[in-house]
Amino acid sequence: MKIILRFSLLALLAFAAFGASSATEKANAASAVPAPSPMDVKIDNFSFGPQSITVSAGTKITWKNRDDIPHTVVSTDGIFKSRVLDTDESFSFTFDKPGTYPYFCSVHPKMTGTVVVQ
Amino acid sequence: MSSKKSDELLIDHNHDGVDRRGFLKCMAWAGTGALCVMQGGVLKSFSLSRLSELDPAAAKGELHFVQISDSHMGFNKPANTDVAGTLKAAVDKIKALPKAPEFLLHTGDISHLSKPEEFDAVDQILKDTGKEVFFVPGEHDVLNDDGAQFRDRYGKGSQGAGWRSFDKNGVHFIGLVNVMNLKAGGLGTLGAEQLEWLEKDLQSRSKSTPVVVYAHIPLWSVYPEWGWGTDDATQALAYLKSFGSVTVLNGHIHQIMQKVEGNVTFHTAASTAFPQPTPGSADSPGPMKVPAEQLRKVLGITDVNFVRGQNALAVVDSSLA
Repeated sequence: MKIILRFSLLALLAFAAFGASSATEKANAASAVPAPSPMDVKIDNFSFGPQSITVSAGTKITWKNRDDIPHTVVSTDGIFKSRVLDTDESFSFTFDKPGTYPYFCSVHPKMTGTVVVQ
Repeated sequence: MSSKKSDELLIDHNHDGVDRRGFLKCMAWAGTGALCVMQGGVLKSFSLSRLSELDPAAAKGELHFVQISDSHMGFNKPANTDVAGTLKAAVDKIKALPKAPEFLLHTGDISHLSKPEEFDAVDQILKDTGKEVFFVPGEHDVLNDDGAQFRDRYGKGSQGAGWRSFDKNGVHFIGLVNVMNLKAGGLGTLGAEQLEWLEKDLQSRSKSTPVVVYAHIPLWSVYPEWGWGTDDATQALAYLKSFGSVTVLNGHIHQIMQKVEGNVTFHTAASTAFPQPTPGSADSPGPMKVPAEQLRKVLGITDVNFVRGQNALAVVDSSLA
């Protein structure tokens, strides 16, 4: 009786382990397919490049300041806001929802850009 | 004024408020600060780097003060790796003045990144002048904290974002803040609250009172494409229109320019840190690298003639090579 019980427990454990790994594989497969590659926007010569960028939902965008002067990346609608970025510092934001996201540098407001998420 | 001094404007040939000779003099201003002398209600400024050429009589007036600007403490890029050294050089020139100024105005961008140690360094260097300093913030002084640190350090006696007025020897000084709440695509901004304060501040003054307004970003449209102007400055200038003598002192553009429009004379000061290109002469207004031996000479010595509509702005494309 004891032997049978032990066997059953092992079987249960084995089944549980199999089930768990199967679920993990499914989850991996689900996120691997649509995960868009991250994109970069350069901050150079007091401008964002490209000034307008179109990405699919879920894309992470990274801005890197290549100027000798500090800049910021601030959503016009208050959705995202970097701290001040000194030379070679960067800021990232992941855009999950489709829409148009205008932004600017709050230090030099003539610097404007747009992220379009599809 | 019985005779024209060398730094006065003469005839306005182009109806742009600036005569050619006056402009050449203006372009000849080089260095790290300007000595301002009030004579008969008219403010004149002289480059600190040309003091040896200055007639001591011309430097005498009813009120002496010095404007410095854009020390950018903390900046360490190739355009100037020793901004503390050049600020100290400015202080040495101030101390060498034949007659000591009564006080200093700093028209902003004290620091480069709003770091406490940057403000500390400037305070330490300026202390050597032994003079009171009135500051207005530049956009580099209000990063990350909406100017809280600036107001803590320099805002005593000021209102709002740090604006203030005070009187010295019959001259009314007004320090304005135009670097807060900047809007996407826009220029410098004074804002409704500050404009309302300015209107009230001026209401009680006699129209014959000489007025000096100082602010970081130019209150005239130097080059809006680079953000070198203030969106609602027109309203501020309207309040000043009925005053006999108005002088506007700005920084921000790291070069000396002058424009006279009716009763208002506009000056921008050189930076003590690094030069910036003349309007439109580069892809961007970023720091301009010049040979090391020229750095102290070229701060603020080149200008571009930029004509906007019917009013030619007092900006001439020339350099003192």
